[in-house]
Amino acid sequence: MGSATLSTSTPIASLQRTTGILLISAVAALMLCAPLLVYPLFLIKILCFVLFAAAFNLVLGYAGLLSFGHAAFFGGGAYIAAHAAKVWHLPFELAILAGTAFAAMIGLAFGALAIRRHGIYFAMITLALAQMVYFLAVQMPFTGGEDGIQAVPRGYLLGTVDLSNITAMYYTVLGGVAIGLLIIWRAVNSPFGHVLSAIRENEVRVTSLGLKPDQYKLIAFTLSAALSGFAGALKAIAFQLASLVDVTWHMSGEVILMTLLGGMGTLIGPIVGASIVVGLEHFLATSGLPITFIIGLFFVVCVMMFRRGLFGELKALLERPKS
Amino acid sequence: MTEIFGVPVAVLLGQLLLGLINGSFYALLSLGLAIIFGMLNVINFAHGAFYMLGGFAAWFLLSRLGLGYWGTLLAAPIMVGALGVLVERLLLKRLYRMDHLYSLLLTFGIALMVEGLFRHIFGSAGMPYPVPPSLTGGINLGFIFLPLYRGWVIVISLVICILTWLAIERTKLGAYLRAATENPALVQAFGINVPLLLTLTYAFCVGLAGFAGALAAPLYQVSPGMGSSIIIVVFAVVVIGGMGSIGGAIVTALGLGIIEGLTKTFYPAASSIAVFVVMVLVILIRPSGLFNREA
Amino acid sequence: MLKCPPTAKSEKHTWEGHMAEAALLNVNNLEAWYGESHVLHGVSFDVRKGEVVTLIGRNGAGKTTTLRSLIGVVGKRRGTSLFKGVDLLNVAPHKVARMGIGYVPEERGIFSTLSVIENLMFPPAWQAGGMEIDEIYGLFPNLKGRDHTPGTRLSGGEQQMLAIGRILRTGADFILLDEPTEGIAPVIIDEIGAALRILKARGMTIILVEQNLRFAASVADRHFVLDQGKVVDEISNNALDANMDRLNRYLGV
Repeated sequence: MGSATLSTSTPIASLQRTTGILLISAVAALMLCAPLLVYPLFLIKILCFVLFAAAFNLVLGYAGLLSFGHAAFFGGGAYIAAHAAKVWHLPFELAILAGTAFAAMIGLAFGALAIRRHGIYFAMITLALAQMVYFLAVQMPFTGGEDGIQAVPRGYLLGTVDLSNITAMYYTVLGGVAIGLLIIWRAVNSPFGHVLSAIRENEVRVTSLGLKPDQYKLIAFTLSAALSGFAGALKAIAFQLASLVDVTWHMSGEVILMTLLGGMGTLIGPIVGASIVVGLEHFLATSGLPITFIIGLFFVVCVMMFRRGLFGELKALLERPKS
Repeated sequence: MTEIFGVPVAVLLGQLLLGLINGSFYALLSLGLAIIFGMLNVINFAHGAFYMLGGFAAWFLLSRLGLGYWGTLLAAPIMVGALGVLVERLLLKRLYRMDHLYSLLLTFGIALMVEGLFRHIFGSAGMPYPVPPSLTGGINLGFIFLPLYRGWVIVISLVICILTWLAIERTKLGAYLRAATENPALVQAFGINVPLLLTLTYAFCVGLAGFAGALAAPLYQVSPGMGSSIIIVVFAVVVIGGMGSIGGAIVTALGLGIIEGLTKTFYPAASSIAVFVVMVLVILIRPSGLFNREA
Repeated sequence: MLKCPPTAKSEKHTWEGHMAEAALLNVNNLEAWYGESHVLHGVSFDVRKGEVVTLIGRNGAGKTTTLRSLIGVVGKRRGTSLFKGVDLLNVAPHKVARMGIGYVPEERGIFSTLSVIENLMFPPAWQAGGMEIDEIYGLFPNLKGRDHTPGTRLSGGEQQMLAIGRILRTGADFILLDEPTEGIAPVIIDEIGAALRILKARGMTIILVEQNLRFAASVADRHFVLDQGKVVDEISNNALDANMDRLNRYLGV
């Protein structure tokens, strides 16, 4: 039985690996040359959301937990990094680290709370906790209320490269996002990632194997929060702004849409989804069309028609003849 | 004795009254959410959007069609309920057999669409909505001056919540609903049209949200953001109370409204997060919620 | 081994030959699916008015699924099941009961949020001629005086009585009973058996899914044997003793 499954899956797996490597190389080459063709700040935005969506997917796609509060980590990371760079005058790396660490901390706390309840309650609790962060961001003096934290200095990478140069900033963000994606890829393909998938499939069985699902979920949640904070911190420094937009429930919803649209539980899905959503918003921003309405419409269409997401549907289409 | 902990009694009572009013709206909304969840297994994120639509329907009927307050209070929930029928029949129905998360995401998308559309048309500002002439003024209760409209909101919300509770616990139709939450296939096998029952339940609960919106219009003005700001608090209410008990949902909602009012009196800065703090405490102490039957 | 199929066939022909026009229910080549899995592969049998027939067979043979297919709570269905001349496959699930078909599920389906009396009064009476509450108490004295007990607090046997009793109120004259003796004390089994004989005497038609052969033999007129989603044999109750070997082979006893 075991060997039979192995022998049928190996050609597909190796095919997938080859296409995967080709795809990644192509994307890497494209991203390296992209600033020549596209406005770098727009690319930075896409990159930050790609990492955010990929980090979110770690919880939704691999652990099967629907968090409705990831904006708290993204926006929280952004605020702390911006504050660290502007008020504490921390160097670039430490500011980013501070944002990431803060997101990891609240991620740990929120995760520990929300994991006590399952399914639908998990979603509602994360949403409510994130809303609490939003209200705090509105009220606390250091966040600057409606204005946010503006004119955040970008600083120097490793004390030498001046990041006020947009191209340097772009490659720095590209490197950061690549590291983030690599961490996610490693996590998903490690024994830890396999246990997560097993929990999503059948939590009872995992428990009966003597493992503690809640611990795995909490680690995944915290890691996801940290990487979301990392993405938010990068965005805040690159855009020199941390604002309320990044902590609203709309933002939590948007990252769900990115993941859903691209295909949850796949590595490439969130990357595709984030690029489409950010691109779409960029296009809509000048069109005068109601953005929120269209984002909502995308949601409805996605849920009703392609629940596996664009990449997931494509994958299913490619694999169908073999099964 | 006119002060408690340095706060004048009249101010305290005034805030408690405001808290009770907020609690009444939480009750109307969380009641509907709990019933929809019990019957359809759906977390209706669009509940806030329907609340907002109720407000706008009332505003439209009053300002454009000249319908009186009482007429709008009746017509707005019916319009919202009718929209609920469409949403359930065309969209939600197809997701019943799938993971709950999809219906949550669907209703989230609907909420975004509705809010986005209204923001696009009306902007973010509120539409003023007058208090009906028959309910202007107030009565002096001796210890507090009670504006008539506020009193009316509390009374009618409570009456509707209690009637709904009685209808579910004490009537034949309520027995069908309770049984259908347990074993819909068997209820269907007894000749009861369960799909129709589900549609009507959704329409009724969403209509309740619309009613709450129309009721809230003279108090808070009508604005596109009114739904999303209340729905998240109501979610917290539902997490605190647990969705297993309808009576529990009502009591929790009123209690949290009052806690919010008290916070506003003694520590105003924390009032917007008071409900969430209570939620955190409840999750820590009694993870399944205060009134939940199942863990 | 080789002798059985011809016997089954010839016997079936005889039955169909002289009683076909009196069939109340005629199931022909019924197939059913649960999601992707194909459970019934062409079930055919008939039930005449006033008759008690059983569906017997091993676990997983498709007995329960056959009942569930008749009332429309499975996934996809194919074939025909003519009841009083109407094909049940074309009837919406909530309209089947209105034709006088009462269903008592295997797990009994007593509602825990409803009291005994609420459970008893639960199904609407779609046809005239249903039993009065007192008659039901006469049939099942155990239920008497328990009105306000939550339904699921009753013992297994009492819950079974409640499940049957609530159907009798509806005026249903065609009853689908899924394993009423499963996990129930022998004394109560006897009471249920007695009640079924009374119902039969009142002219009710019953399909009984049963594993307990002795109980089945005490109430039924004919037995249909199911195996792997098909009816593979039919044995009249009179011929049961003579065909015990054959039957045991089907059941794998």
